[in-house]
Amino acid sequence: MMSYAVVKGSGYVLVHTPDMIYHNGTTQTTEKLTNPDSEYLKKLPEHIRPYEKVVNYGPNQVYIGNLTPEDLRKYEMPWYDKDIPGASRFGKFGEIMPQDEFIALMKMVDAFDLVKLDKGFTAMVKEKMMNHPLFKDDVPKLKEGEDLADIEKYIQEQHAEGLYHEGKLVGCVKRAHDIDPNLNAHVLFENLVVKASGALAFKHLIDKNNINVADIDYVIECSEEACGDMNQRGGGNFAKAIAEVVGAMNATGSDTRGFCAAPTHALIEAAALVQAGVYENVALVAGGATAKLGMNGKDHVKKGMPILEDVLGGFAVLVSKNDGVSPILRTDLVGRHTVGTGSSPQAVITSLVTTPLDKGGLKITDIDKYSVEMQNPDVTKPAGAGDVPEANYKMIAALGVKRNELDRQDLGTFVEKHGMPGWAPTQGHIPSGVPYLGFAKEDLTTGNLNRVMIVGKGSLFLGRMTNLFDGVSIVMERNTGKAETAGASISEEEVKHMIAEAMRDFASHLLKA
Amino acid sequence: MSMFDGKKVIIIGDRDGIPGPAMEECLKGTGAEVVFSATECFV
Repeated sequence: MMSYAVVKGSGYVLVHTPDMIYHNGTTQTTEKLTNPDSEYLKKLPEHIRPYEKVVNYGPNQVYIGNLTPEDLRKYEMPWYDKDIPGASRFGKFGEIMPQDEFIALMKMVDAFDLVKLDKGFTAMVKEKMMNHPLFKDDVPKLKEGEDLADIEKYIQEQHAEGLYHEGKLVGCVKRAHDIDPNLNAHVLFENLVVKASGALAFKHLIDKNNINVADIDYVIECSEEACGDMNQRGGGNFAKAIAEVVGAMNATGSDTRGFCAAPTHALIEAAALVQAGVYENVALVAGGATAKLGMNGKDHVKKGMPILEDVLGGFAVLVSKNDGVSPILRTDLVGRHTVGTGSSPQAVITSLVTTPLDKGGLKITDIDKYSVEMQNPDVTKPAGAGDVPEANYKMIAALGVKRNELDRQDLGTFVEKHGMPGWAPTQGHIPSGVPYLGFAKEDLTTGNLNRVMIVGKGSLFLGRMTNLFDGVSIVMERNTGKAETAGASISEEEVKHMIAEAMRDFASHLLKA
Repeated sequence: MSMFDGKKVIIIGDRDGIPGPAMEECLKGTGAEVVFSATECFV
């Protein structure tokens, strides 16, 4: 067996998109169609957080690495009414980008001149992007901008989707075809958002981890959107499009889909490609989903809370050949929810958690931290969806009790010790297993953990092709420092040495006798 | 005679809780008729 691949580094970004909640989130666009005069739509503007509040929000500071998940426990819930002292836009994993800069970024990554921005807005964001540490060189791509009258005409006469900032129209995304529904302005808007937010995360991955972007061989994009035209709706390929934006000149790539489970599928695929020696450096990347903005907004407004689903999420992770330091990806300890697994909680946790543990002769308590569905409970609890990570931890613990690996009375402490509070935005694939990879790299190198498990689950049934859902998992471990692992091939020289040692041992026994 | 005899049941399951098919399985062997079963994703 070849040496295990390692998680070399990661980048995590959030983008505050307050105007996109109203214009592009499906909860709101559905409401506009079905109930245009609704109280919810009237009240919504009063429940939008300003950018500073989004930066100061505890879970967001964890996402970009300025706080750890454990730090979050020190703050009593709800978290939205507490500002984090010393919070900052930039963190060790990435940043929280404001909307105006992100709209500029959508223009910068647009390869087909579909994004049109107002002249005045362009001048304003040019200044801001000149000061961004990662996008100075891309400022000329913003060009000079258009007359607002032309942008209004594109929207009114050619079905373009408006881009809004602070309630004002500042640009649009044009359709790329007159009748192709897969190239209409709505689809292109979502796809350009994925491309831009994915590229932002990728840029931070490179920047924060001292990576030479030319060394990246392959990119796996694992978000939930589809790009293609009327002849191939999900033809692809976001991966190569993002690789081009970030200057990964020696990379190609492909898109992996599996609803929210896709990032963990992609992690396993990347580990396998590197371990097999096909590529040395494989990057996973995913951008965010405008459709999910304000998904639980009705409940948040009803409870007098701010709309907390006001950010897009993005992440990028580099998987590389074993460097003897970074945590290894145990491709021999992979869990799979298969077609035949069944859907009872016990069957699900067995397939994802205990089956891989049994393969390695491990107990449930041998995994120091489980990274499951890491949705922020501040968002989900008021909406009636409960504390999702906690529910997952309780199910793992219950199975531990059933297997006699844990005392019933230790259920509560297990959840705290082997679990984490959720901090990721409800952006589907973004909270699923992978938000912890950045912290896992630290916990398994400079920290004091030895073994963690990444679990991703996906709701395949939403696509109406099957009633099944899905899940995969993989164990990550502290690197022993040896590049080769047990079962690795040994040289002829080593075999000779081992035989000689055995002969000497045998001879000494004879002499003693 | 069970409490489900002659009852029509609507099941809405939760992917991270108890999914629809698992509840359907539990109702097999009772007198219940499952008229609708779905699993939803609340996140």
